Order: sequence, then structure tokens, then C-alpha cells
Amino acid sequence: MKIHEYQAKQIFARYGIPIPRGYPALSVEEVEVAAKRLAQEAGSPVVVVKAQIHAGGRGKGGGVKVAKTGAAEAREIAQKMLGMQLVTHQTGPEGQKVRRLYVEQGLDIKRELYLGAVVDRDKRRVAFMASTEGGVEIEKVAAETPEKIVTVHVDPTVGLAAYQARQLAFALGLGKKETLGQFVKLMMALYELFTREDCSLCEINPLVVANQSDVFALDGKLNLDDSAEFRHPEWRELEDKDEEDPVELEAKAAGLNYVSLDGNVGCLVNGAGLAMATMDIIKHFGAGHGVAPANFLDVGGGATQEQVTKAFKMILKSPKVKTIFVNIFGGIMKCDVIANGVVAAAREVGLQVPLVVRLEGTNVELGRKILGESGLAIQAASTMADGAQKVVAAVSRQASGAARAASEPGGVR
Amino acid sequence: MSVLVGSGTRLLVQGITGSAGAFHAKQMIEYGTQVVAGVTPGRGGERFENKVPVFDTVAEAVKATGANASCIFVPPPGAADAILESLDESRIGLVVCITEGIPVIDMLKVRRVLEGRKGTRLIGPNCPGIITPGACKIGIMPGHIHKAGHVGVVSRSGTLTYEAVGQLSALGIGQSTCIGIGGDPVGGMDFVDVLELFQSDPDTHGVILIGEIGGGAEERAASFIREKMNKPVAAFIAGTTAPPGKRMGHAGAIISGGQGTAGEKIKALERAGARVAPTPSDMATTLRSMMG
Repeated sequence: MKIHEYQAKQIFARYGIPIPRGYPALSVEEVEVAAKRLAQEAGSPVVVVKAQIHAGGRGKGGGVKVAKTGAAEAREIAQKMLGMQLVTHQTGPEGQKVRRLYVEQGLDIKRELYLGAVVDRDKRRVAFMASTEGGVEIEKVAAETPEKIVTVHVDPTVGLAAYQARQLAFALGLGKKETLGQFVKLMMALYELFTREDCSLCEINPLVVANQSDVFALDGKLNLDDSAEFRHPEWRELEDKDEEDPVELEAKAAGLNYVSLDGNVGCLVNGAGLAMATMDIIKHFGAGHGVAPANFLDVGGGATQEQVTKAFKMILKSPKVKTIFVNIFGGIMKCDVIANGVVAAAREVGLQVPLVVRLEGTNVELGRKILGESGLAIQAASTMADGAQKVVAAVSRQASGAARAASEPGGVR
Repeated sequence: MSVLVGSGTRLLVQGITGSAGAFHAKQMIEYGTQVVAGVTPGRGGERFENKVPVFDTVAEAVKATGANASCIFVPPPGAADAILESLDESRIGLVVCITEGIPVIDMLKVRRVLEGRKGTRLIGPNCPGIITPGACKIGIMPGHIHKAGHVGVVSRSGTLTYEAVGQLSALGIGQSTCIGIGGDPVGGMDFVDVLELFQSDPDTHGVILIGEIGGGAEERAASFIREKMNKPVAAFIAGTTAPPGKRMGHAGAIISGGQGTAGEKIKALERAGARVAPTPSDMATTLRSMMG
């Protein structure tokens, strides 16, 4: 789960990680009020207006602007920024609509550094990474000048040791006594935060040295581990539904794993690996014919008939879906449950596109019988490959049918 | 022969009174697995299905029944603790955790404890388990699709394992042992740990390895295959078409920062001498073509 910068900074503040003063704002009026308040509190009119979206690279896309003269200028900036489609390298070409802003005091920045923490899955440790190249994409630094990234791994039974924090501090050139102490304290707080708040990633880019020798988290990015949601009821308030794909949200609420893709074949599969493999085999046979998966959908191992019905209806709702491929290898999931769910959904919503079904595993005979007796136009497939080839043929038939209809006089509907 | 489990395995089931635990304990007993004990804190003294004794703690269960393996169906909030409880009992040599959705921070601690327990293996979490066809099934896989024989199967995905086993059995090719290592970013046995066992098991003549996007486990497997294995390995990597940055169902199935793509894994495996199936429908035929 991703959260906004201002939410991350509110969590930073709770752990004593120094951040610039700032206030979230949802309207130009609120931006003006926040800017005036910051001018009073910080003794300087300079504020920064920052678009709050769940994507990085905001500065380059025009989502971070400095108002040097204070509240009126901040208001002008906010007028342009609120509602804009902010395009960054992480949003895709359509961009993300800006609905929330964060107004922050301007700092006199001396240095920009990078500090990040992730779960290093190969070493099975939390890893802290630091670099003197702050304010730029860390992936770029890693690819071009990997020697500029310094890493320490934390033993979970001991926690972050002060010497490890000092290693990073000296590598960053923060050896000056006063700054060193501040940095070590910040690192200790960050590790505490990372583990207690169940983060999967935490990035401060940039971490800045400002004023004389103080360190501040000028930006903040926190990703939270979805698996830990059960012990964080407060996460519900951090969720911003505007930033999510509405279909993916609907799926999540129904307990289904769903990811929207660009293609034209709706997929309903049990198990994450099989669902990915189903996408792959559709692309394998369909690549030359403009046939590709429209979604990843894993109904899970123990789905009920209601969940299957819901999943099938979600696929049917998408206008881009030209054919549906149901691919089930029943283990715990019984084939008759899937068959009943598919039949119920198709009856309820109406089946407008070809449906290819491949059933295998537990209760397969019963499942096939239910589908066969349903009266629905279902093409049965014997294997995954057979199913994928039938899907490609079905989409291609529609395409050539549409072309023929368009070329015949009066054939266009 | 087989690896890790066989007719001498004496299983205890943690979470045996829960709905998933009860359902699958019954299935395992029907398959022929010796389920000797159950553990549910606060339910000690009961009998599961009027037969299997239930204990409050793993220590009591092991002492009373001589259990040497554990299978965990405890829900995510208590699952890491359940693993630790079994790891603390030196007579348990194998822990299989089926539970999906354990926080990764919890698993980091489990992994750290596991490093000090050289005699104990952990399979999972978020996995279907392990089966030696005809002898012992620990987990949730459908037993009836398996057939005893000489091919080892190791996989990060449950249903894709069933797919491979189904293909093998349909060709009349049996399996020595099938192991699902699970789809989480941090877990127990890795591909390399399992390949080591298959390589030294005289009754395993070939291996199917099923990987997916995310992490570097397949690349490490490739190095092992190149340097240490002389048995044929056929592979399939799921997620060639998965978009980067999106979690594909499994917590561990995500391409992040350009790392962990299917393309890189396929290249590494092919360079190591494994043959990668062009589609998931060709896993068994690919291995057969290597075994002559």
C-alpha cells in the first residue's frame, strides 16, 4: 500500500524524524492560509507547494513549485496545480489528477543526500542505502555509479546498531560532531519506524542538510506491507481511493487479486502462478494477432461461488474484453464451484462474448457437466495451450467479422 | 526413495481445529500420512476426529507422540509464532507453513532464528506443501493427480505445480517428491536448497523447476545447476507478460526497479544448461525431451 508524502511525514514526526513545517491543503484557500501560517511560524515568506500523488518524479513534471514571495504567489501556483494531470515517469502518459497539495516551509539547503530502507529479500534483512547523490532517481545512480551507494544490513534480533548508522554518516560526509549525532538519531528512529509500522520501503530523497548543520527529511515515501494490514487499523484512514484503479479496488474488497492490463482477453484463473502463466500463454499464441490479456485475476485457492460470480461479472463489465478464458486447475478449489459461479454470472449479466473454459483437477467431471448442461455457448479446452489457441481464434474471428461487416453496404451497425 | 518426507514421517498439525487445518488434516490422513498429533493452544486433551490427540503446545505433542514434522495452518497474526514454536523443538526436522499473508517483518525474525537451526528445514510460508506420492503428503495439494516415480518438482506457485504434475502423470511419468517453496518474498527453503536434495537423491532422475518474476532465487538456482548438477532440469518462469511495479497475486511476484524480470531468469537458466519450456503447457514434454 502506498501513502502520500504528507502522511509519511506525519508518521516521521511521530518518531522524532526532523521534517520541515508544513500543512496539507485541499483547496486554494487552504493553501493561502497554510502559507500565511508558515510565514509567521518560520519567519520567512518562502514556501513550497507540492502535489500529492502516489508517484515519484513530481518535481520534473511540474508538481513541486517554490513561492518566494509568500501566500499570494502560493495561491496562484495552487490554482494551476490543483486538478492538473501530473505526468511523471511513474504515472504513465495519461498522468494522475492532482487533488491534494502540501505546503511546506522553504529551507536554506546546503546539501542533498539519499537515504532509503527496503527489505532485501535475497539477504533476508532490512537494508539501509545511502548516497551523496540526493534528489535524483536512485535507480539511475545504481545503474551508472553504483559505488556511490553505501549499504548496511540490519540483524533483526539486534536491530540497527549505532556503528552502522555512523558508517553511513561518514560515507555521506556527515562526520561533523553535531550533524553526526542528529543523523544517527534519525537512522535509529527510521529503523524503529520501518519495523513497527510494517514498511516494505522507506525513502527520504532528498535528505538535506540545512540552516547550519541540521538534517531534515525534505521528502518522504513509505510503502506499507499489505500483509500487515490486520494489525494496523489506522491504515484505513491513510488509503486514498482516488489514486487506485477502481476495478482493482472492487476486486480487493471482494477478496480477489486483480490487476488491469491493456489487452482484450478477460482471464479468470485460480492461483497466482497459474494466472501469470495464463497471461503468458495467451501472449505466446496471440502476439501476432493482436490478442493479449486484459487482466490478471487470481480467485485464490478457497474462493466461494459468490466470489467467482463477482470475479466473472467484473471481467464482463470491461468493454475491451472480446473473449473470456477461464483456466482452472482445481486443488482445494473445486471445479464444480467455479462452474456454478461462471454459470450464475453469465445468466445474470448476459454473455456477449465467446467463453473458453479449461477445467482440470478436483471434481472436474462434475464441473464439465454443469457447464455442458447450462445451455451457454462455451468452448471446452483440453489443455492450457488448446484453450489459448481457441481464445486467439475467437478474438480473430470477431475482428475479421467486424471488418467484413464494415465493408458491406449497410453492414455497419 | 524421496527427499525430506516418506513413510517414516510422523506429522503434527498446528491449527488442527481451525477450518482449513481440520479439512486438510483429514485429507492428509486419507492420503496415508501419519498424522500423530494436533496443536491448538487451549484445546489440549481433545481428540481430532475421535482419534488424533490435540495438545496445547508443540513441546507436549512431540514428547507424547514422537512427531518429527509439523504442518502449520495458523492464521497470519499467529503464524510466525507457530513456526518459531516448532523451530524450538529440536526433534522436529521439517516445518511446512501453508499460511498466506504473514507480514514480512515477522518472517525476517523467523529466518534469523532458522539460521541457527542447521538441522531443521522450513518450507513456505504461502505454499502448497510437500508430497512424496504414495507415501506422505504434507499440505494442501490434490493427492490424486500424483503418481510415484522419479521426477522431482520444485515451484514457487501452487496451482502451477499441479499443472506440471498433471502433465507428468498424463504422460505416465511419476514424481519422486514435489515441493512448493511458496510465493512470499522471505521464506524458508530456496530453489538451491531443494536442488541440492534432488541432486543427491538416487531416485530422482530429473527435475522440473517452476519460478516466477521477482527476487533472484532463479538466478541462484541457475548457478547451482551450472556448477553442481548433472541431472536434467526443465524450467518454466511465469510472468513474462507481467507489468513492472505491480504485485501479481503473490507478495513476492513483483518486478521492482527493473530487477526480477522473467527474461533475465530465463536467460540465466538457459545459460546454465536447463531447458526452459516455451509455454506452461510444455513443462512435462520439455523434461521428457531431455531424459531421452
